[in-house]
Amino acid sequence: MSIDKKIVDDMVANDISFVTTVPCKQLAGVIEEVDQREGIFHIPSNKEDEGMGLCAGAFMGGKRPAIIMQNTAIGVTINTLATLIQYYRMPLPMLISYRGELREPVACQVEMAVHTKALLNQMNIPTYHFHKQSDVEELDMILKYTFMCNKPVAILTDANFWGGYGDQ
Amino acid sequence: MIRSEILKEIAPILRDELVVCNIGIPSQELHAIDDQPSNFYMLGTMGLASSIGFGLALAQDKNVISIDGDGSVLTNLGTLPTIGNNAVPNYTLLIIDNGSYGSTGDQPTYAGQGTDLAAVASACGCDNVVECQAEETGDVLKAALASDKMTIIVCKCESGNAKMPVITMDPVVIRDRFMTEVAK
Repeated sequence: MSIDKKIVDDMVANDISFVTTVPCKQLAGVIEEVDQREGIFHIPSNKEDEGMGLCAGAFMGGKRPAIIMQNTAIGVTINTLATLIQYYRMPLPMLISYRGELREPVACQVEMAVHTKALLNQMNIPTYHFHKQSDVEELDMILKYTFMCNKPVAILTDANFWGGYGDQ
Repeated sequence: MIRSEILKEIAPILRDELVVCNIGIPSQELHAIDDQPSNFYMLGTMGLASSIGFGLALAQDKNVISIDGDGSVLTNLGTLPTIGNNAVPNYTLLIIDNGSYGSTGDQPTYAGQGTDLAAVASACGCDNVVECQAEETGDVLKAALASDKMTIIVCKCESGNAKMPVITMDPVVIRDRFMTEVAK
């Protein structure tokens, strides 16, 4: 089974039916899978804080949401995470491509990578790092945990997890 | 008319609908004028009233009205293409456009100068955009709710704020009672 299919299967199994995305090359396959899957409403957003607003509304409308985005988005969503998702106690699984880690070809991506875990830690956001493909086995448990505790939860997925980046 | 006068006038219309209200003085005014469990007050996160309301409208069938401001829409302009390209009939975006950042001291916004938010919304793919004067807001809102079409209302009004108390309700209480209304 492809890793993209496995991830989206776990989302569906956990009743996630509203997914917003801001693209990343590493996430292209999983976004395509989300888009094709019946039972998931996929709405691309233009910026990740906008996407979190959509997810907050969907949650209050009775849907389980998720956001798929790049780690650079942590830089633009700190306020939204603190004053909306955390303050109103809403669950939000965040499937994040962890750019700037091992096997990254673009140097600038490292500049946000070095801040990513520190920022998530400062925000008290439970954070999981998928580095090997077998790490995906924890996704089902992480999603259950997210909706149990009503918190934003970060799942960082690096280039090694995705099998490398581009031609690297 | 200023925003609080508009809110007073449309409060009887809002009462029966799910309302997501913008951060700061707009929420304080609505809370003081006619607090309802069907009102979701934003206590932070400037710019996201339209996104939260739209996510809610996509997730269920009841009517949802987002009360936004010109300054807040300018903060999150990316919301308009998302709304315009995914239109649902149960959503109304009411932008109270007083040309100023009311909650921070009435500094002028670009919407009060050369930027035409109704034209921006149309250019972003929103089909039913109505610009109206403050006095017309109630009638325009009623017509929007009666139509089976998503509507973006840009309500032009004067700058100014009513002096209302800060909302001290706990955010989880706001969210919980709102979700109870949504699920009814």
